[in-house]
Amino acid sequence: MIRGVFRREIQILFRAKGAVINPLAFLTLSTLLFVIAAPAFFYDGQQQPSSVASGILWTLVLLAQLMALDGMYRRDFDSGVLEQILVCAEVPFVAVLIRIFMQWASTGFIIVLCSPVLGFLLGISAHALPELMAGLLLGTPALSLLGSIGASVTVGFNRGGIVLALLVMPLFLPTLIFGADMIEAAEAGRSVMPQIYALSLISLVALAIAPFATLAGLKISLEIQ
Amino acid sequence: MLSDSLKQLWHKLGSPRWFFSLTTPWMTGLGAAAGILLIIGAVWGLAFAPADYQQGNSFRIMYVHVPAAMLAQSLYIGMGVAGFVGLVWRMKLTDVAIEACLPLGMLITALALFSGSVWGAPTWGSWWEWDGRTISTLVLFFLYVGIFALREAISDQELRARASALIAMVGTINIPIIKYSVEWWNTLHQPASFTLTEKPAMPSEMWLPLLVMVLGFYCFAAFVVLLRMRVEILTRDINARWVNEWIAEQKVP
Repeated sequence: MIRGVFRREIQILFRAKGAVINPLAFLTLSTLLFVIAAPAFFYDGQQQPSSVASGILWTLVLLAQLMALDGMYRRDFDSGVLEQILVCAEVPFVAVLIRIFMQWASTGFIIVLCSPVLGFLLGISAHALPELMAGLLLGTPALSLLGSIGASVTVGFNRGGIVLALLVMPLFLPTLIFGADMIEAAEAGRSVMPQIYALSLISLVALAIAPFATLAGLKISLEIQ
Repeated sequence: MLSDSLKQLWHKLGSPRWFFSLTTPWMTGLGAAAGILLIIGAVWGLAFAPADYQQGNSFRIMYVHVPAAMLAQSLYIGMGVAGFVGLVWRMKLTDVAIEACLPLGMLITALALFSGSVWGAPTWGSWWEWDGRTISTLVLFFLYVGIFALREAISDQELRARASALIAMVGTINIPIIKYSVEWWNTLHQPASFTLTEKPAMPSEMWLPLLVMVLGFYCFAAFVVLLRMRVEILTRDINARWVNEWIAEQKVP
């Protein structure tokens, strides 16, 4: 059963390419918008763009993730597959965890892979790029996990996007703080270990809470007692 | 013996009617206590407490700001606890409690932010500083807004109760994480000049009125929450016989 769920998720990942491409396109495009809207910050070379750039990058990652979260359970919810999985699976918790992992693999992980390019576009210096990737790698799982809770509760709404954003954005705040700060610390040549510990801690706490809360949220949305 | 009676109390709490008749005699006392404490605390704090040797008279906003900030967090945690109890034991009463706490909590959080801003103007020299505590209070406000938006979006009463209970619970778990990360961020980035100067241990003439105000605020909150819960219970059970009997008993002029 679990293997079947896993295989299905892999197939969906490879067939629905939009789920992978759209957040990435959104992220790149909005980065471009920022660079065009405030050229003085990125071209002059006199100002230090780093502290702004790290914040902009993380904010845009957060928004891209938010866009992707809205559709996380929607298709399976509409087609009834979600209900079948939750009713049939011996451990529905694992099925939810697989779904969250796949959502992260198709957004957060891809963003990590492409982040050096975005970092360059925003003028983050090259020696901070490994830390930027590490920070995103440690931080984005928390975004997928916490966002999944909001997505599970709002999946039944016609237009859940705005409510979803209101619900999960406050929860994203700690990740944003430490993620942006990690890039800045790397640029300044400071140790990034505190931020690494903090991001790992946030992701682990999210991992401990989110699958159970998501399961409860999906059961509420599906009206399963 | 004790555990048996506790268990009985627990089961009774599941009944809105029992809760309604339990709280009926409390209301007058609670409302009077809130009014008296707030008046005593306000007059004592605003008129008779000595002025601060550094901040002068502007510190007096503390008598509103501190209780409001405490209450703002307490009400959210109260909603989280109610959500937990509601999800685990499926009590109807807990959703009534969340419904009652939500608008009051939002308003009190807004009051804490506003009074903090008013205090900040003479003390820090600006109406708004992105101080750690300011941000975490603002985030708390948005946590309230999130639940409010969620409740607005769901029309089915049962679903609304369970969804908002879940989100209140998740938010409560996140409050300390948000608080500590914001404070860490603040201490790293901003010099200590923004924080209030080290206060001397307050003399009792200054903190006693504060204590009275805090008690007054909590009594007021308890009064408003119970009042709203009672109205909500009546509204939801409007077709029940006991409600109609209770209404008939009231002497409406």
